[in-house]
Amino acid sequence: MYSIEVKQLSKRFPAATRAVIADLSFALPVDASLALLGPSGCGKTTLLRLLMGLEAASGGSISIAPELATQMSYVFQEPRLVPWRTCLENVLLPLELTAQNNPAARNRAIDLLQRLGLGERLQHFPRELSGGMQMRVALARALITQPKIILLDEPFAALDERTRFRLQDLLLELKTQLALQYVFVTHSIAEAVYLGDRILLLDHTGHANDWRAVTFAKREQALKITPEFNAVIQTYTQLFSAIENSNRERTSSEVQR
Amino acid sequence: MKAATLKDERITNHAWTWLQEKIPAWIFLLLLLAIWQAVVGLQWVASYLLPSPLEILRTTIDSWPEIATATLSTAQSIGWGLGFSLLGGVALALLFFAIPVVRRAVLPFCIFFQTVPIISIAPLLVIWFGFGQPTVRASAFIVSLFPILANTLTGLEETDPHLKELFKLYKPSPLQLILKLQIPSAIPYILTGVKISAGLAVIGAIVGEFIAGGGLGSLIDAARTQQRVDLVFSGVLMSSGLALVLVFIIELLSRLLLRGRPYLKSRL
Repeated sequence: MYSIEVKQLSKRFPAATRAVIADLSFALPVDASLALLGPSGCGKTTLLRLLMGLEAASGGSISIAPELATQMSYVFQEPRLVPWRTCLENVLLPLELTAQNNPAARNRAIDLLQRLGLGERLQHFPRELSGGMQMRVALARALITQPKIILLDEPFAALDERTRFRLQDLLLELKTQLALQYVFVTHSIAEAVYLGDRILLLDHTGHANDWRAVTFAKREQALKITPEFNAVIQTYTQLFSAIENSNRERTSSEVQR
Repeated sequence: MKAATLKDERITNHAWTWLQEKIPAWIFLLLLLAIWQAVVGLQWVASYLLPSPLEILRTTIDSWPEIATATLSTAQSIGWGLGFSLLGGVALALLFFAIPVVRRAVLPFCIFFQTVPIISIAPLLVIWFGFGQPTVRASAFIVSLFPILANTLTGLEETDPHLKELFKLYKPSPLQLILKLQIPSAIPYILTGVKISAGLAVIGAIVGEFIAGGGLGSLIDAARTQQRVDLVFSGVLMSSGLALVLVFIIELLSRLLLRGRPYLKSRL
């Protein structure tokens, strides 16, 4: 049983010399989280946007399980908070737009913000928050609709290490508690290995370079210092280097031509 | 205790910054008035051509009932004109924004209409609306409509595409998009339009009053025919005062409506 099935997906932007995503296929099991990993410009964000329907594919297909398709949420690379709305109002925005704003939802939003360490900032405007706090508000806004799948575009990149680790654990917690499935883009191999049940490694040509399951008995911060974890990191570091080398060769041959 | 001290210190710093910004203008004004008073006092300029500031003040006090009535009448006309411009300008901008073909058909004529000097239309307004306040209000409305319309339209079009994409995630209705995103986004632009229009509405009202009678325009015109330059100055000062009060009110409104936004910085 798969929640997301991608078949021979391709995406080419108008006037681009090559496809950003090319002939990509994978199927994500219902209970698995997915990390999209790869060098800059390899199409990770484009793939995420295609999954959310923010971009139209040039070819191939994306199938989302019907019971999940309407319960998807998205966190952009930047917080995108509405500047004239307070922290709490920003979180409640999706509910207002879908006519689900009620006192219970408001309490849920407050709980969520408290859980994300923003209980003291409910009435603050975005400009009064740090970048990391704004990102947490964006995360709360994505979670308030109680999604079954959440798509996150480098959600923790702007956060300090301590907050990043806390939110990584929160995501794992929500996955268990709410049966929340997440697909996220990251540049960090360690983050991909820590959070992803599956990792899709993309290369510069928009193809899947590697697709595999990563399993650990238990995911907690202490895992990061185990030999088992580091062995997986080592594998991905080598795969990354191979991608970079082949990209260098490809670029130089294109320049010579 | 410490927090209170820090707060006090912040208030003191804020007050000092405010004073530093305002004091030069006040000193310049006092200097200008002193020179003006001296020039007239020393009879370098005849007082029937340029009355001294003290003489103008005396005239204003002596003729206060007459001046106050005229000022109130002009203020009402400005209020009506500017109020209708705000309603009409925003409504037209929304219409142009929602239906581009209407915009393409009508906007060029709005721009053309804007270029016609109000003084040349004023006689027509008298023919249509008669003497008195209706013509004055129409005059204030006509001159102050376009800046609000143009600014609102720009504001609606300049909505942050990132926020539009965010809203798209939740599939809002067109009305929700307008009410919750596009109009709030356009508020700073609307306020800029209102600020520009406020000054123009004063001009429109005074010009209207020159032709249609009533208010400060009529008072200034009557004083001119009687060679009462001091009264002319009183009228001019009152009309400037009206414009200043209007700008002050709009500034207060801006602060209220734009609270929380990162780009609020008053230069008043």
